[in-house]
Amino acid sequence: MSQSAGHALTLRGISHAFGQVVAANAIDLDIRPGELVSLLGPSGCGKTTLLKIIAGFLRQTSGDVLVDGASISHLPTNRRRIGIVFQNYALFPHMSVAQNIAYGPIAAGRPKAETDAVVSEMLDVVQMAAFRDRLPRELSGGQQQRVALARCLAIRPRILLLDEPFSALDKNLRLDMQIEIKRLQRQSGITTVMVTHDQEEALGMSDRIAVLSRGNLEQFAPPSDIYDRPASLFVNTFVGTANLLRATVAGISASGAAVRLADGMVIETGRETTLSVGAAVLVAVRPEGMRVSATGGAGAIGAEITAVMPIGPALIYEVTLIDGSSVKVVQEREADAPLAGPVFLHLKPNRITGLFPDHSGDTHKKGN
Amino acid sequence: MAGALDPKPRDWALALPLAAFFALFFIAPLGLLVAISFETERQMTGTLGLGQYAAFLSDGLNLAVLRDTLLVGAKATLLCLLFGYPLAWLCTKVSARWQAVLIFLVVLPIVTSVVVRTFAWIVILGRHGIVNETILALGLSAQPLKLLFSETGVVIVLAQVQMPLMVLPLITTLQRIDPNLESASRALGAGAWRTFFKVTLPLSLPGIIAGTILTYTACVTAFVTQSLIGGSRLLFMPMMIFQQAMDLQNWPFAAAVSVIFMVSVLLIVAMLVALSRSRAARLYG
Ligand SMILES: Nc1ncnc2c1ncn2[C@@H]1O[C@H](COP(=O)(O)OP(=O)(O)O)[C@@H](O)[C@H]1O
Ligand SMILES: [Mg+2]
Repeated sequence: MSQSAGHALTLRGISHAFGQVVAANAIDLDIRPGELVSLLGPSGCGKTTLLKIIAGFLRQTSGDVLVDGASISHLPTNRRRIGIVFQNYALFPHMSVAQNIAYGPIAAGRPKAETDAVVSEMLDVVQMAAFRDRLPRELSGGQQQRVALARCLAIRPRILLLDEPFSALDKNLRLDMQIEIKRLQRQSGITTVMVTHDQEEALGMSDRIAVLSRGNLEQFAPPSDIYDRPASLFVNTFVGTANLLRATVAGISASGAAVRLADGMVIETGRETTLSVGAAVLVAVRPEGMRVSATGGAGAIGAEITAVMPIGPALIYEVTLIDGSSVKVVQEREADAPLAGPVFLHLKPNRITGLFPDHSGDTHKKGN
Repeated sequence: MAGALDPKPRDWALALPLAAFFALFFIAPLGLLVAISFETERQMTGTLGLGQYAAFLSDGLNLAVLRDTLLVGAKATLLCLLFGYPLAWLCTKVSARWQAVLIFLVVLPIVTSVVVRTFAWIVILGRHGIVNETILALGLSAQPLKLLFSETGVVIVLAQVQMPLMVLPLITTLQRIDPNLESASRALGAGAWRTFFKVTLPLSLPGIIAGTILTYTACVTAFVTQSLIGGSRLLFMPMMIFQQAMDLQNWPFAAAVSVIFMVSVLLIVAMLVALSRSRAARLYG
């Protein structure tokens, strides 16, 4: 594809309020040319609002949107050259596939021959040439999405926006389209912002993920960082599964904090914390960061199995700790794996994803 | 076993009361009307023929009345569309609260009597009415315009009186258009006008046709408005039928005129329906 090289997109201090509701709160994002960035967060966290601000459908309360360092905030949508694929595709129902794709070039006043060439090229890119005279309602969901993508790429947009692109597709098709869009994005090198509430989608497709919560940017980092080094308790629990062990800070050294767990045991976390000694802390560990075994040893935590689920090559445990909290563990299924009764929980080295202040404990104590 | 799933053979019985109602109050009078129209004698002696139809169609004055009626309806409907479309469009763009206010204002004419509204218009359009006073004050004309008892007046008042019939179907259709379509058009580089003419207008065509059919049929048959605003010098089909039947007691001729009028209007409606069918088929299959 003769796509121009990617453009940089910058959000600088973007805030937006709908009356009392703050949908975006001083969001800063620096998106590099050719990058695929996901906006990830639960429903209502402000993802679509950000997308609408970038596209120009919504004027931000404050802040600036820049493409290649130049502000586009004053430009109306139709002069931004930012392509958007809607969740419901929003194909023009009264136009054929080819007419839909030709819409942008015609609006831009391109000569007929050039428009026809672009339409044919885009139909080939999304492998829909055989469907050029169909109406949108005569297409399947996946085909409609390809057309929506082709229509959008036909204007050679500087930025591509995708709003929940796979949520309307069934599971099998979803993976196909994810691979397809990833391939197209790589080939064309177009800077892409994708909105999703599906963490697997974000982890699998993105170069970087911006995790949003109630209008705030919680973390902006590559998927592996988001998963292994979440910046907040929200990110840790929203992305992947997190076990939270109650503890208090026992000591702080150059190599990180040591914490005292509920049964009195002190462990080195290898993580830094801004909390002071004695403060209540939640120690976050992913299910695959621990191991259950029948034998104890140094650093092993006493627990009781409440449920075991063998799933293919893996075993999923739910065990209860001495303070009553329950913990999920995923490990390989081995012949001598315990299936019931008292067991020991081992933390694998360097697998603690974070130490977060424990506010629930405060209220708990006050309640007593 | 199949009985539970198959529609019961006697389900149609549920439609009987409605069918009886229609037969009694709609089909029967209509049948009677058509039957009477074939009476060749004014005294309805039972001699049947096409004499009444021939009498109507052979007189140029009668045909002029039919033409004027169909034309005045077309003009009023066009005026309705011209003012109703932007109004309906506005209704779908404002906040929910303003939308309620606007729709209330649109529907308001329906809840007042046609007679009351028409008399109000007489006051407004008269030689010394609000419109003429304004025109004179602004110096737009040296003499008061003849709005009352003129075709222009009839068209204006018909358009106002029947406005809800145009606006309500339009609002329904415009509201059904996915707002993302307009956004998509803008993002593809189209300005507001192109977006309107290429996306919004074509997609609202079913509503335009529905509104046009309702407004048109209401306008051509609006006896009260046509007579009161048009005055005695302008004659339209409903008044003609009334005069033939009530003043001249010529029931067979009145019936024949009614049938001719009905068929003319139905032909126009059928054309509009055919047009909307072909559009709807393309849009919604
Ligand atoms: N047009 C609007 N008017 C008022 N509140 C809105 C509007 N659009 C969105 N909101 C609110 O702003 C917040 C963020 O919405 P949105 O950006 O759609 O979230 P997301 O796309 O992440 O689900 C939500 O609390 C939502 O209720
Ligand atoms: Mg959304």
